[in-house]
Amino acid sequence: MLAFTLRRLVTTALTVVLAMALLFVILRLIPGDPARVMLGPRATPGMIESFRERMLLDEPIPVQLGVYLWNIARGDMGQDVLNFMPVSELVFGVLPFTVVLAVSGIGLALLVGIPLGAFSAGHRNSLFDRVTAFLSVAFITTPPFVAGLLLLLIFSVQLGWFPVSGGGSSGDPISQLRHLVLPVLALAIPWVGYIARLVRTSVLEELTKDHVRTAHSKGLDPQRVLYKHALRGALIPTIAVVGVGFGNLLGGTVLIEIIFNRPGLGFLILNAIESRNFPVVQGGLIVAVLFYAIANLLADLSYGLVDPRIRTE
Amino acid sequence: MTTETTASAPTRGFWARMRRTSLGRAFADATGLFGLACVTLIVMLAIFAPWITPYTPDGIDVANRLAGPSSEHLMGTDQLGRDLFSRLLFGARIALMVAVPATLVAALVGSLFGLIAGYFGGVADHAIVLFFDVIRSFPSLLLAIALIALTGPSLVMLVTIIAITSMPSYGRLIRAQTIKAREEEYVTASRALGARPPRIMTVHLLPNVVAPLFIQAAMDIPVVITFEAGLSFLGLGVPPPTPSWGSILREGYSYVRLSPWPIVFGSGFLVVATLGFTFFAESLRDAFDVRLKNEDAG
Repeated sequence: MLAFTLRRLVTTALTVVLAMALLFVILRLIPGDPARVMLGPRATPGMIESFRERMLLDEPIPVQLGVYLWNIARGDMGQDVLNFMPVSELVFGVLPFTVVLAVSGIGLALLVGIPLGAFSAGHRNSLFDRVTAFLSVAFITTPPFVAGLLLLLIFSVQLGWFPVSGGGSSGDPISQLRHLVLPVLALAIPWVGYIARLVRTSVLEELTKDHVRTAHSKGLDPQRVLYKHALRGALIPTIAVVGVGFGNLLGGTVLIEIIFNRPGLGFLILNAIESRNFPVVQGGLIVAVLFYAIANLLADLSYGLVDPRIRTE
Repeated sequence: MTTETTASAPTRGFWARMRRTSLGRAFADATGLFGLACVTLIVMLAIFAPWITPYTPDGIDVANRLAGPSSEHLMGTDQLGRDLFSRLLFGARIALMVAVPATLVAALVGSLFGLIAGYFGGVADHAIVLFFDVIRSFPSLLLAIALIALTGPSLVMLVTIIAITSMPSYGRLIRAQTIKAREEEYVTASRALGARPPRIMTVHLLPNVVAPLFIQAAMDIPVVITFEAGLSFLGLGVPPPTPSWGSILREGYSYVRLSPWPIVFGSGFLVVATLGFTFFAESLRDAFDVRLKNEDAG
């Protein structure tokens, strides 16, 4: 397990560094003086000068890349072009909103999807199973932002049950929760479908295995065998999918944050793009990549923990 | 879900014969048929859009802004009085014009990389897999947003970016298949006869690894349609006034308090398309019994 952990850590670190380097290259591919490109039309000569100095723009490209990576490693992602705040402060300030949204979305999906999938597997080919199967695909193919738009239209605009936009007033948990309901629902809908389907298939697969047959032949309650023995094995692939799907989820949160006008990473990046505030865009992307990489790493590690075969790829 | 029909099916007649082919089996069940119907409908609507719609998608009718459905405007109008039905039909064209080329390019380039990685192994393999991992380490929508923000939105840019972000899944698929196929006797035989790697890869390996590729491509089309709609919703997709489903939803969102119809019909089209393509692709997959697990074989 230690060797596996180390190997996964190294590959993750390597891909993250390469992803950062790719970001650097993309920004350099834009024609023109990198300082002007990054700082945009508002830059004063003084700002450009200090940027050139900080990023060592007069040095060869490899040196620049080294400095850029070193700065990121130290948590220094430059300054906001508009209000001169450190980008790291901005990004980490909004990150909790995105994390809360994403984690609640996945949490809700697991809470609904797992029982749905297990019950379907236990009642294979019943009406319930068929309806769930159809709904699962319908849910999976409904993009979160479409779900968000429809929820907003129905529950906020038409019925007025939930607030239309914002993240809720700070220090008021009730208001924050009310602002969270629709975005979380929108985000969870496709995942409910995914998870229900995945759990159903894996439970069915698990039911054919020896340990389940043994449990049955011992005369254990079939319900117990289904929900305890088979479901446990079936949850392993679910962990992997949830981890790997986190990137999609992060993409989904961007659109959800825009629709519900919620502070968060996606909202920050998109606004920064509109004002051509590239240091903020870059910082936001760096944190998104890190976030994504860590989620993947955790998924892989927990996968390796429950299923030793994974460790020896 | 689909394969069980064969056992009890009658043995004569056209439909019975159809049911014994893989393709026939794919559409013998309700969901497969539903998927096929949706896909046909969307493709037909996209092709014949100008002949079906009574209005041009950009025709402005100021007297009828944000109107509800009526006999005059089947699905109502948008904030400029443009006919929503016409715009949504032309939107189907845009959706396919982005999704089909992007998927084709991604599948082509991805499988080329996958073939090379799987066939040669070693350094080339490691480099290509690492390259795929780097692309995949970006949340694809965020990467696309950043790239388009830098280059400006356009149809070509959109197709390129979608192709780049979805390429790794094809690459990994073909790589895994190639690793399996490369040890087969026909490859060894061909090598012994003096065939060079490009010939082995294109003439011998590719045809044998291509079936899962088609299924994967079919599965990917609805994903790409959604992706394009999402970007257009953010104003980073197809530039206006081109009627993309995403930009129709974007405008609907801006005027959500005044009229629900752009969102209602816009998401309706989008969901029917993605649902249809997904059912279609899944029935194909089940019928051909292709396993699409992208796990690495090496």
